[in-house]
Amino acid sequence: MEVSASGLTVRFGALAALNHVDLEVAAGERRAVIGPNGAGKTTLLNAIAGELRPTEGSIRLGGRDATRLPAWRRARLGLGRTFQRSTLFSQLTVAENVALAVRARDRKGWRFWPVRDRPLEDEVARRLAAGGIAHLADRQAARLGHGERRILEVELALAASPSALLLDEPMAGLSGDERRTTLERLGALPDDVTVVIVEHDLDAVFALAKRITVLDHGVKIADGTPTEVRANARVQEVYLGAI
Amino acid sequence: MILGRLASARNAALLAVLGLGLASVPLWAPRFWIYVATQALIFAVFAMSLDLLLGYAGLPSLGHAAFYGVGAYACALLALRQVDGLFPLLLVGGAAAAIVAIPIGALSLRTSGVYFLMLTLAFAQMLWGLAVNWVSLTRGTDGLIGIPRPTLVGLDALEISLYERGAFFVLCLVVAVLTFAVLQILARSPFGKTLEGIRENETRMRALGVPTFRYRLAAFVVAAAIAGVAGSLAAMSNGYATPDLLYWTASGFGLVAVVVGGTRSLIGPVLGAFVVLVAQLGLSTYVDRWELILGALFIAFVLFVPGGLVGLVRRT
Repeated sequence: MEVSASGLTVRFGALAALNHVDLEVAAGERRAVIGPNGAGKTTLLNAIAGELRPTEGSIRLGGRDATRLPAWRRARLGLGRTFQRSTLFSQLTVAENVALAVRARDRKGWRFWPVRDRPLEDEVARRLAAGGIAHLADRQAARLGHGERRILEVELALAASPSALLLDEPMAGLSGDERRTTLERLGALPDDVTVVIVEHDLDAVFALAKRITVLDHGVKIADGTPTEVRANARVQEVYLGAI
Repeated sequence: MILGRLASARNAALLAVLGLGLASVPLWAPRFWIYVATQALIFAVFAMSLDLLLGYAGLPSLGHAAFYGVGAYACALLALRQVDGLFPLLLVGGAAAAIVAIPIGALSLRTSGVYFLMLTLAFAQMLWGLAVNWVSLTRGTDGLIGIPRPTLVGLDALEISLYERGAFFVLCLVVAVLTFAVLQILARSPFGKTLEGIRENETRMRALGVPTFRYRLAAFVVAAAIAGVAGSLAAMSNGYATPDLLYWTASGFGLVAVVVGGTRSLIGPVLGAFVVLVAQLGLSTYVDRWELILGALFIAFVLFVPGGLVGLVRRT
């Protein structure tokens, strides 16, 4: 699913967290959004996902105007996301977390008596195994370690079988093994799934994305292939040559 | 797995003991205590419906008595127009409460937390004001009096009536058991689990494509309908419906029952309802300031026993 934003502006009082940002991500494209802290990366994802109403500008998902749609409607169009701060069902087990995501995708919530749902249970087991967290199935989400929470965070988004996926720093704080698993999971996404990833881990960014958008102080300062972005004078200035 | 089965076996045993103990009350208890237990069961139905909101959906309503009161008035108005029959009178309370709950829920659920609490309180007080001031319909503070209990079709030939010793108590016990079963089923259904997900993390549920508002509104209306049925029972039991039924203190006692008994268990609110009613009707004959004792108990539970009475039983 194609994801695009045009003239996107989000103001918090006097502060413009995003200032007329344009973003065009084609269906199946893998795009990274990078920038220093406070550049507006998370704000951009929140506005696209519908968690935040933009002050100006519009958002299109799969060619449809989504600017006024609530977050849940955008999710039903096929937009999935992860959060920068793990957003889990902390009192529930890992398996129950994933089950909620699968059930939400299949819109099976309006049933008023207990049902044994074998296909759902099987899918949850498959997903936990693929994510390398099968051994944690019965662990309460609140009792997970940091890396395990991040992995579950990504699994919840994947369980919705999205056609476009917004990832907000999925690698932050992961161990080497956890990084590799997560990269594999994301690399194994079907080719037609659009991915927009915000990430500080530049190795992961270059492994996943063919195009990079750079934000600074709410303004888009560069957009292009890794080579083009590296050569960009303003990017070098912002990153002090670290890229 | 084994632990889970043990826990559910213990729960079943607890339930059986509680149910049998209650069912035997009319056989041995003095009239006054049958009356207390009847009131407690009605209050238990109300408290269980509040647990659906507070415990399962995570919605702290301080206006739930509005639906209890609306149910009582609806039942009273119908019964005073010579409508007889147990089911119509019980159902009219539930239906009236559900209808009133739709707009109140739709507006209150746009907020959450303490704002939700204040809005539900405000709507409930508005309805209380209506009950006091719409004298031509409600007879104001005097209330509607002389509400007859319905005849039991089929059983009246056997000369069994709801005025007989213990009969009304048994009716309340049946309604309480049915309420318990319905809410238990609802809590374990996909609907209940979705509600649980919304309580745990609404942002995530929205991001997964769940229209969280609709689920909360559905839970709000179901809880109101059950509270309305409890209101019908109250009107039949007492023979009157007064504005007190809708007053915010009634909502407050409901919250006390749920918290003292233990949220998210359904059995907890039943225990809590008995504690509150015994305090109210039992203690008040010996002590003037029984609310003080109940208040102290409430504070003690909030501070030291967060799982409520049920949590105490589970821990041992």
